[in-house]
Amino acid sequence: MTAVLRALSSPRAWQATFHVVAGMFLGATTGAVIWGAGVLWWAAVLSLVEGPTGYWMLPVLYVAVAVLGPLAVPPCVQFFSALQRERFRVLHGVEIAAPKHDSGTGWRRAFRPWTTGSTWRQFAYHLLAPVLGGLGGVVVVLCWAAPLLVLLWADGVTGPWNFLWFGGAAVLLLAAPWVARGIASADTAAARRLLGRDHADELAERVESLARSRADLVAAADTERRRIERDLHDGVQQRLVSLALNLGMARAAFTDQPPEVLEVIAAAHDEATVALAELRDFVRGLHPAVLDDRGLDAALSGVVARAPLPVRLHVDVARRCSPSIEAIAYFAVSEALTNVAKHAQASRAEVVAERVGDRLIVTVTDDGRGGASVDSTGTGLRGLAQRAAAVDGSLTVVSPLGGPTTVTVYVPCE
Amino acid sequence: MRVVLAEDSVLLRAGLTKLLTDGGFEVVAAVPDADQLLTAVDAHRPDVVVVDVRMPPTHTDEGIRAALVIRRQHPKIAVCVLSQYVEERYATDLLSVGTSGVGYLLKDRVAQVSDFLDALRRVAAGGTALDPEVVAQLLVRRRDDPMRRLTPREQDVLRLMAEGRSNNGITAVLKVSNSAVEKYVSNIFTKLDLPPTDADHRRVLAVLKYLGT
Repeated sequence: MTAVLRALSSPRAWQATFHVVAGMFLGATTGAVIWGAGVLWWAAVLSLVEGPTGYWMLPVLYVAVAVLGPLAVPPCVQFFSALQRERFRVLHGVEIAAPKHDSGTGWRRAFRPWTTGSTWRQFAYHLLAPVLGGLGGVVVVLCWAAPLLVLLWADGVTGPWNFLWFGGAAVLLLAAPWVARGIASADTAAARRLLGRDHADELAERVESLARSRADLVAAADTERRRIERDLHDGVQQRLVSLALNLGMARAAFTDQPPEVLEVIAAAHDEATVALAELRDFVRGLHPAVLDDRGLDAALSGVVARAPLPVRLHVDVARRCSPSIEAIAYFAVSEALTNVAKHAQASRAEVVAERVGDRLIVTVTDDGRGGASVDSTGTGLRGLAQRAAAVDGSLTVVSPLGGPTTVTVYVPCE
Repeated sequence: MRVVLAEDSVLLRAGLTKLLTDGGFEVVAAVPDADQLLTAVDAHRPDVVVVDVRMPPTHTDEGIRAALVIRRQHPKIAVCVLSQYVEERYATDLLSVGTSGVGYLLKDRVAQVSDFLDALRRVAAGGTALDPEVVAQLLVRRRDDPMRRLTPREQDVLRLMAEGRSNNGITAVLKVSNSAVEKYVSNIFTKLDLPPTDADHRRVLAVLKYLGT
């Protein structure tokens, strides 16, 4: 019993009550505007359909209302929704995230809200708010005020029925905290559904953020490869050249030394030279500097030139793509040509890189024996397919037995 | 012979200066970037410039661009470009301004001291020195039918000609007689339908032109 009495003075009950009562007034105001606008618009449309009569300004007015009404309502709806969300935040401590509004230009932008579900859901809330919200508000106020009302109303009433009235009023008062909280909860549930984001909105946003972070990761990995390439170029490679140079000079200068000494110097010199060549190949495989300096055409020329079979190259990329996209295209061609040389037994190959709209399409075709696939062991195509997929691109291999084989890379290039 | 050297690595700049001095060159200036290189070339008018490709400030292809400026402004000054990696595109750019007095070599080659000094002397004397890797890249650009008519030996000779070597140089590398080399050379010129010529650098010009640079 004490719990029930304590509930009467609990902050939550009063908070819910204020919230519901505020909702009643706010809903009545916003609802009046929305309903009023709806009625006006409907009247204007009906008048136009029926055939307007009277003063010539009237049809103009009808047309203006019929056309401008739908333009004016969405901003109103959004403003009212913001007010309602503010009511939930301040009076009820509930955060409701606003749905995203598409931005566009001109007429598209003006009518766009009517094509989205969220506008209609908000519209529904404001249409229902004066009815259901008002009803809820009245019920809550009645519950709290029941004893007072009975006192006022039962002034002249005598007899046994009095107890019934007072009893009922007491029950209503005791129930008031729960009624208020119940109605506030129902209001909250409705607002979350109608004023907040729906599942699709949230998913869309999540997809967008995932795509962005994935692209960032790809770019970060690329930047890292560039940094390592640069560090090796400026550091180890220079030192190694210097070392080989000194050994070379020693080898040329100390010809009068005993044969054992000369042998050691010669061996060290040769080792240093081999190490340089290996490091050069490794660094180029990491990231070809010419790709950044001169773009895809120049870098692919280098790859094609190094291929141990005749390769025809055609590059038509008027505007350069982003560095990570160029890198994917470059390594795809490099890997595909390596595979052609290793496995295809082809006599010639062709590389075509073209920009079509906002896509970069790269194909590598050979006249070999076919039978290759992305999953073929010993090929780096799988990794490249994953890299392409990471930027919303794709890498496909079409390779029937007997050939020919075509590796196609589609990547976005904005 | 007077040399201006441009190389951003302090270590290598010192090493190359020593190598060139020991090799009988006079290093009149050794600078760390392309701007200073152009100033030094204007000031000293050297016989030959040795330049690294990647230098400050952008660490991309300043060396190549500086080389092209020097080639245009001072056609008499020979330029030898050194790089950690050779690119067919850079070679094409360099050779587009003329094939005499041009070198484009991998940096590794400096370790083969006498070969490098020979190449540099050749360039300084108005000849050509292209890295075998560059030539290989140029050759594959022209894998067409006339090229297929060459025997493997003739292809070797063509490669060495494209590198800028004289008959004597080719003789030394292939270890064949001088008359044999002359025969290969004349066969190549016939098969590729090139105008016959005796002068070394004009021969290189013909070969490189054929290779499409």
